[in-house]
Amino acid sequence: MVDFGGIQKEVNLACVPEAQVGDYVIVHVGFALSRVEESEANAVFEYLRQMDELLELKEGGP
Amino acid sequence: MKYLDEYRDGAKARAYARQIGRATTRPWAIMEVCGGQTHAIVKFGIDELLPQFITLIHGPGCPVCVTPLEYIDKAIEIAARPGTIFCSFGDMLRVPGSATDLLAVKAGGGDVRMVYSPLDAVKLATQNPSWEVVFFAVGFETTAPATAMAAYQAAERGVKNFSMLVTHVLAPPAMEALLASPECRVQGFLAAGHVCAVMGCAEYEPMAAKYRVPIVVTGFEPLDILQGVLMCVRQLEEGRAEVENQYARAVRRGGNQHAQELIRRVFEVVPRKWRGLGEIPASGLRLRSHYEAWDAEKKFGLAGHDTAENPECRSGLVLQGRIKPAECPAFGTRCSPEHPLGAPMVSSEGACAAYYRYRSRAPGGVADGGNMRKG
Repeated sequence: MVDFGGIQKEVNLACVPEAQVGDYVIVHVGFALSRVEESEANAVFEYLRQMDELLELKEGGP
Repeated sequence: MKYLDEYRDGAKARAYARQIGRATTRPWAIMEVCGGQTHAIVKFGIDELLPQFITLIHGPGCPVCVTPLEYIDKAIEIAARPGTIFCSFGDMLRVPGSATDLLAVKAGGGDVRMVYSPLDAVKLATQNPSWEVVFFAVGFETTAPATAMAAYQAAERGVKNFSMLVTHVLAPPAMEALLASPECRVQGFLAAGHVCAVMGCAEYEPMAAKYRVPIVVTGFEPLDILQGVLMCVRQLEEGRAEVENQYARAVRRGGNQHAQELIRRVFEVVPRKWRGLGEIPASGLRLRSHYEAWDAEKKFGLAGHDTAENPECRSGLVLQGRIKPAECPAFGTRCSPEHPLGAPMVSSEGACAAYYRYRSRAPGGVADGGNMRKG
């Protein structure tokens, strides 16, 4: 069973056997494709922070 | 829910747009491959947030849109057979065939049903043993594992009244066909994150090297897309042409090996005709001979259909990224989601439908914080 922000649906996990209860998974047409890597979930914010810092360095600080 | 609204944060989106503005010194044209990305770009106004130097070209990544007309006609032919339950994803039902569409077959008494998953269609076949249940299997590598599992389950369980009309397509050969065209304007790609969740990133490496084109595997949320654009622009500005992975939270370099094995076991790679693009070598999947008892084309002896597209529909040019939907003379007048001339006006992932829905009325978007907050 996978909870989609409140709605629960049966999902086939045959291709994501490593998924544990409590994990986030990417689901497409009732089929799990990938387990979401929690350690990478912040990467999009981290990249922006690094870019901002890089820019501050170039411009000689804030 | 954790990590959903955060990826739509308006302030961070504008911060990304500023970074993209600073990184850009000349015009660049970047194609997002996936229809889900196109939908998000138009819905959230991401293209309007970007510097004018950056053009986003909407790629052929809407599965419904690239399914050739002859397969729509085949689907209609099967659906109209007595004793048949024809199952499809919802947005295929309204795609016009050469004479009619699947909804019209349903209105005429045909049993045409919308299903959420191909596995539901197998279940339906088990529950209705005296009916032929046929599933219309369209989609990219993202959908192929579920379809493969449906064929596998039907074979394992001996569900003989189930079959599939398969018109699966593969993303990288279409990207390569666009790059090989002399009219190609694409200088960088945002590759489809969920395709890569299945197939991995490695298959793009030869393409990036051969055509000197950066390819950034990218997710579907606004911040994902903006980060993908920034990574792509930085490569272009620095003269690099590499495969990078923006969507590492869902995509591993090798993809999902279990899903790839399932696809390989059930399907073989064949040439496939794409709506708007023509035939592309090694760009489709069909059931292997071991599964031919579940192949609807073989089961119902469908002859080759030869069909001409509606000449008024410019979806071919839209799917190649050569015109924007609103540049088509029929857009919003003779062609609308209520009366579509072509598939891109039907599907939620189609560029024409996205423009119709989000651009025909109030302007605005991410720049004024409007669309971003609503999600």
